[in-house]
Amino acid sequence: MLRRTLSRSLLVGLGCLALAGSAGGQGSAKPAFVFTGIPDQDESRLVERFGKVATYLEGKLGVPVTYIPVKNYPAAVTAFTNGQVQLAWFGGFTGVQARRAAPGAQAIAQGAEDAAFRTYLIANTGTGLTRSADFPKGIAGKTFTFGARASTSGRLMPEYFIRAAFPGKTPEEVFARVGFSGDHSRTIQLVQSGAFAVGAVDYSVWDLDSKAGKVDPKAVGIIWESPPFPDYQWTVRGDVDAIYGAGFTERLKAALIGITDPAILAPFARSKFIPVTNAAYEPVERVARSTGLLD
Amino acid sequence: MSANRLSPGWGYAAATRWFVAGAAAALLASDLAVTSLHPWADLERLLAGLIHPDFPAVEVRSIVYTVAFAILGVSLGAGAGFVLAIPFARVRSLRLACAGLRAVHELFWALLLMQVFGLSATTGVLAIALPYAGICAKVYSEIIEEADLSALRVLPEGTGAVSAFAYARLPEVAGAIRHYTLYRFECALRSTLVLGFIGLPTMGFHLESAFRQGRYAEAGALLLTFYALIGSRRLWMRLSTLPVLLVASVLALPRTVGATDWLANLGRLLGHDLVPAPLRSGALGDPETWGRFWLWLRPILTQQILPGAVETLVLAQVALVATAFGALLLFPLASRRFAGPVGQPFGRVLLVVVRATPEYMLAYVLLQLLGPSMLPAILALTIHNAGIVGYLMGRHADGLAYRADAPAGLNLYSYETLPRLYGQFLAYLLYRWELILRESAIFGILGVATLGFYVDAAISELRLDVAALLIAATALLTMLVDALSRALRRSLRLTDLPTRLSAPLPGSAAADGRAAR
Repeated sequence: MLRRTLSRSLLVGLGCLALAGSAGGQGSAKPAFVFTGIPDQDESRLVERFGKVATYLEGKLGVPVTYIPVKNYPAAVTAFTNGQVQLAWFGGFTGVQARRAAPGAQAIAQGAEDAAFRTYLIANTGTGLTRSADFPKGIAGKTFTFGARASTSGRLMPEYFIRAAFPGKTPEEVFARVGFSGDHSRTIQLVQSGAFAVGAVDYSVWDLDSKAGKVDPKAVGIIWESPPFPDYQWTVRGDVDAIYGAGFTERLKAALIGITDPAILAPFARSKFIPVTNAAYEPVERVARSTGLLD
Repeated sequence: MSANRLSPGWGYAAATRWFVAGAAAALLASDLAVTSLHPWADLERLLAGLIHPDFPAVEVRSIVYTVAFAILGVSLGAGAGFVLAIPFARVRSLRLACAGLRAVHELFWALLLMQVFGLSATTGVLAIALPYAGICAKVYSEIIEEADLSALRVLPEGTGAVSAFAYARLPEVAGAIRHYTLYRFECALRSTLVLGFIGLPTMGFHLESAFRQGRYAEAGALLLTFYALIGSRRLWMRLSTLPVLLVASVLALPRTVGATDWLANLGRLLGHDLVPAPLRSGALGDPETWGRFWLWLRPILTQQILPGAVETLVLAQVALVATAFGALLLFPLASRRFAGPVGQPFGRVLLVVVRATPEYMLAYVLLQLLGPSMLPAILALTIHNAGIVGYLMGRHADGLAYRADAPAGLNLYSYETLPRLYGQFLAYLLYRWELILRESAIFGILGVATLGFYVDAAISELRLDVAALLIAATALLTMLVDALSRALRRSLRLTDLPTRLSAPLPGSAAADGRAAR
């Protein structure tokens, strides 16, 4: 009985498989151009901005362009290094990681604002901390949340400034509790809700979330603005010219820099994209080495 | 030891005392703060989402992918497990390899496989298939070993090994194996859901987004859909439907977005990324290389593996004993004898829902509600595991033969039911010990400082060599606890009691002992 059922269903299964095999024979000729971005804020905003970029690039480049969403920063870097995506919107540090692991990769464009990016330290108003020009040493002993572990404005730079303000101490030694929220929107929510007293956040996400009415000024406020540092950029793999034809990298770069549509730029909180090279991120690489995030 | 042998009751009490004392000590070392200021407000919104689910928001494709990944993952894993089960009992290295396969959590497998296959169906299916092959090999081999050998003995001389297996052994064990395999699909559905939390396109992907952004109506709809999927498994997941489901799954798999050169990636992973950094450049014969290797290894041992392992054990011990208390409180709900003919079905549904909820997701939600500390992790492990053990114990409680003049209520519970079932209770808990530990380690990804916390850090820093070392340490710890649990069960003489699906409970045709992994 059992055997009969098994053999009969096996036959049906094999038949279906043969059908499937013959149907799946025809593949498409040109591989789609795939890109991703680090998930640094609310996913709905990511879907909106990258959806628009995909449509725009498809029109400019003449190849199918797809955006693939990822759940965390290292997944974006991995997708880039293993060749699943050819282009990515990285933060300063993730860009450095990706270019080190995928030789030949180039930073081609950054937002005009990214040349001098900033971190805000924000605090729950219950802490009594207020805005100051000097580094607020009063945050010692409080609970503190970074953004993602591999975030530039949410982890790398704030950790660097904290280590500079409290020489010889790690953040774990400075604060009562250290957390990693995962993204900047979440950092704002956690500090606003009081789950953490203080947090480090990307200034552009703070501005976007404030405009969207997601920040309650009675519950959370900026207490410090960091010195400037280079941050986000578009990085492309070194093998795209071989796949999509000579000069593809230059066309892609021109397309990104040529974005003038405010509907595309607004969800990025950028005024325009400007050309950039790998060398611009040397300061980020130095800081990453000094805090031990890079060998 | 000899006293234990003489009186198992004494051993039960001693074991219980040791575990409770251990958990109490661990509790002192654990961080139980509720750091969120408005936990109830968020919980209310979450419950409102369950009551007013937004079904149109559910991405249907994600349901299909969830089922497809689970079916292909289990089929591959169980197939490989079956082949491995035959030599399993005789080949020591095979047993070790299988223990290693199953000691590494699906999520860790997925994180490693993603380096090679990217965010693709291959990653999702293999992340299930690899650990499940290890589990199935062990369980199938146990089933085969336990089988009745009388048919084998009457075979004529000169019967080939294959024929002997196919005609004398297989018929004996086919039922148990089929039952266990079909049950694994439920576990696989849970595992697949959780894989979505790290980016594979299953229901977990959308659940994570919905929870993160507070879209609780969508989260509620996804959850209810998932419960319906698990609850109806017996209807659509049968041996007869399996081939059709298999083919449909292959057809339904998501197309990989973008292509990865997996051979090149695998070569880079094995030849470079996983090799400890100091060994990549230096000559292996040079003692200086090994000096640098030690300098690299020492801080990982002292600052990551050691504190991570301690924290993992602390969490696991507290959760294990909390599970025990929870199960003792809950099991009367699932028993007809205690809850009555009206209460019992409700109790059972509650416990089945609880067990269908993956611990990882529960911990994720509780961390959002209560803020970061060990408390959400303890609660998640306790709720899930107490649901499982309570459900099984409730069924045992109804399987006991009571005297006509047996007392009722609390007297029956404390003077008859519990004493008679206590050995069984310990057997379940000791079995779940390893599973709780494995899950405790993975919760580190969510921010509790267990071993997974350091794995997550290493992967964020693109230090896969460190990540691999930490995962290996986690696997070793899991295997140690497994061995300890086995030894304890042997010394308490609990080895013959059911802990898994293939051993039927008294009075039930469809027994599931190894519920929920």
